[in-house]
Amino acid sequence: MEKRKLTQQDTPIHRALEEQRLNRLAHFDVPGHKGGRGNKELKEFLGADCVKLDMNSMKPLDNLCHPVSVIKDAQQLAAEAFGADEAFFIVNGTTAAVQAMIMTATVAGDKIIMPRNVHRSAINALVVNGAMPVYVNPGVNKKLGIPLGMSVADVKQAIQENPDAKAILVNNPTYYGICSDIKEIVRIAHEHGMLVLADEAHGTHFYFSDKLPVSAMEAGADMAAVSMHKTGGSLTQSSILLTRKTVNADYVRQIINLTQTTSGSYLLLSSLDIARKNMSLNGKFYSDRMIELATYAREEINKLGGYYAFGDELIDKDMVYDFDRTKLSIHTRDIGLAGIEVYDLLRDDYGIQIEFGDIGNILAIISGGDRNLEIERLISALSEIKRLHEREKAGMFDHEYINPKVVMGPHKAFFSKKFSVPIEESSGMICSEFVMCYPPGIPILAPGEMITTEIIHYIQYAKEKGCLVTGTQDMKIENINVVDTNVTVMPN
Amino acid sequence: MELWYTDKHTKDVHFTMKVENQIASVESEYQRIDILETVEFGKVLVLDGELMISQKDEFIYHEMITHVPMAVHPNVKNVLVIGAGDGGTIRELTKYDTIENIDMVEIDKMVVRMCREYFQETACKLDDPRVNMYFEEGLRFVRMKKDEYDLIIVDCADPYGPAEGFFTREFYGNCFKALHDDGILINQHESPYYSEHSRTVQKAHQHIQLVFPYSTVYQCHIPSYPSGHWLFGFASKKYDPIKDLREDYWNSLNMKTRYYNTDLHKGSFYLPTYVKELLEIGKNNE
Repeated sequence: MEKRKLTQQDTPIHRALEEQRLNRLAHFDVPGHKGGRGNKELKEFLGADCVKLDMNSMKPLDNLCHPVSVIKDAQQLAAEAFGADEAFFIVNGTTAAVQAMIMTATVAGDKIIMPRNVHRSAINALVVNGAMPVYVNPGVNKKLGIPLGMSVADVKQAIQENPDAKAILVNNPTYYGICSDIKEIVRIAHEHGMLVLADEAHGTHFYFSDKLPVSAMEAGADMAAVSMHKTGGSLTQSSILLTRKTVNADYVRQIINLTQTTSGSYLLLSSLDIARKNMSLNGKFYSDRMIELATYAREEINKLGGYYAFGDELIDKDMVYDFDRTKLSIHTRDIGLAGIEVYDLLRDDYGIQIEFGDIGNILAIISGGDRNLEIERLISALSEIKRLHEREKAGMFDHEYINPKVVMGPHKAFFSKKFSVPIEESSGMICSEFVMCYPPGIPILAPGEMITTEIIHYIQYAKEKGCLVTGTQDMKIENINVVDTNVTVMPN
Repeated sequence: MELWYTDKHTKDVHFTMKVENQIASVESEYQRIDILETVEFGKVLVLDGELMISQKDEFIYHEMITHVPMAVHPNVKNVLVIGAGDGGTIRELTKYDTIENIDMVEIDKMVVRMCREYFQETACKLDDPRVNMYFEEGLRFVRMKKDEYDLIIVDCADPYGPAEGFFTREFYGNCFKALHDDGILINQHESPYYSEHSRTVQKAHQHIQLVFPYSTVYQCHIPSYPSGHWLFGFASKKYDPIKDLREDYWNSLNMKTRYYNTDLHKGSFYLPTYVKELLEIGKNNE
């Protein structure tokens, strides 16, 4: 029988699962809960339908490690929807997709150019594979205290200084919605034989609207990690890695298989399949709606006074080449409150959970699932927070971006002989672990970097303000592991 | 053939009335609107399958949501009513000559249109010259107001649909801001009886308490509503609902009511023990 040509209306994994459910197989395979019969509480909690669909790889359902049928088809449809040559479904989060990009493009000792405000997953990949970061200062908007994008001039300079670099990683966009000139970066990178990898954890929706910044695939990037679960509507932890013909897809699959589970969840996989269909058919509608809601919210919030919900006006065609207008980022310092304080007030007093608060800003994620009601609630709550909690803005932290001094490779520093010291006594030592402020998950310190007094002050302040500081072995973040430079055990 | 309309009071308790005929049914931008003629309750207004008012007992709800604050506050000139598309609350308010202005904010124009056509009993005073109608989101409307009103009445549907926002702390805070220094906020406060709803009632009361210096609830009996036992919230910046009741003044108005009177006014603030416990009334207000 000739196979029917699949269209974006199809959902191969979803359909195969439905068929298996109707087949009522007697299961002598994993998962051991056997459709929930072996774990009644779980079945009641998640629902019988959901638990029954939690199946394992079998011939009719294909295999994520070696896709030949329905997963292959679903990935092809995704590649088509995103304008890529290949798509890989990822069930270990966009973290895994970012790591697969870096580990595909570099090996131990290779250089990779990246902005400092990369997600921790990118530097984690370097810890694993031994590649060396070349950081580009993304620049900081002084008023807002947020890191921006890479300017083309800075990228050019990094390329000239490091002509042997293998790849450039670009955030498209940053958490705050800021885009670099990715098209131009692709052009220059390709001129110098470097690959361009895009972290599009926050840019899934770019692919489905012409009113938003250019997507990585359209800009000609070689690989892109797309967080389908963030604004694309799939389940948490599901993600897609897109590639072009410029990278060897079979090698990419091998790299993914080094670390990805061999028991890929079909709940996650089918959610990717269905979300791809939904975005492909309705993505334009959702994007328009997201822009409309975010624009309305920005206007209303700016009318409240004190708050600054920033937008298009940040665009300077340099470090802010473009801006994602669906992002609702609000600067809160002028009402005398740190972003994290507003973040906590919104949840504790008003039952509104937003994405994150940092020192000076909060970020609300708007997606296709939002309604007017919730937007109105958010605006009203911000109005109340201002009325009840506004205070003098004295004594607030003045900057967010600190230029890192990389004195050792992340892999070497992480696996070196090390010892623990109280953070406040660590100035002048080489850090062997991460210190992150989460969210937004941008490293304050990464393995191999010099600890300075300025950084110590920043960590103390972030802790005081209630940011979730993580990354060190010490769960209380009071002590930090530093490299013992007297020992010469070097792993590479 | 018999036609029956069922209002789901909870997922396990249904309230069913015999229907003579369906008068109208439309789908608005926000909800489905039905008006039915029932045997026992007369005409009923149904939004998204949920009973809003019945011709037979709407007077209880509308009298209690208006006359209680009007008998307490000595100088109500400017009133904001949120919801109230059926017009019943407006009908009661327009009985007071001392009121100079009523802003009514209803999101769904179609509800007003339907009630004007089929529910004249409640919609009869919507054309009073003191009434200004705004068809927009109530949350947004009240957010823009500061120190403008003497009385705000929240006459909205259950908090499990479009009216959800009217049971939030930010909304009550915005109302506080929109009221004068001696303003009163009255809100329909649901029924405390069924466990499915009691937590909502508790939460709403907690939110109001955090915003207003004085807040309590009062009760009445509305046969067609879930459990028949209904609460209203009384939140105020200055006036006490019993100590500041102007009994003689109100009685001198000789206003014709069928449920409300000043004795009942006082009585309605004396609550069953389980309600006091649920709302921790008497504990925090002492």
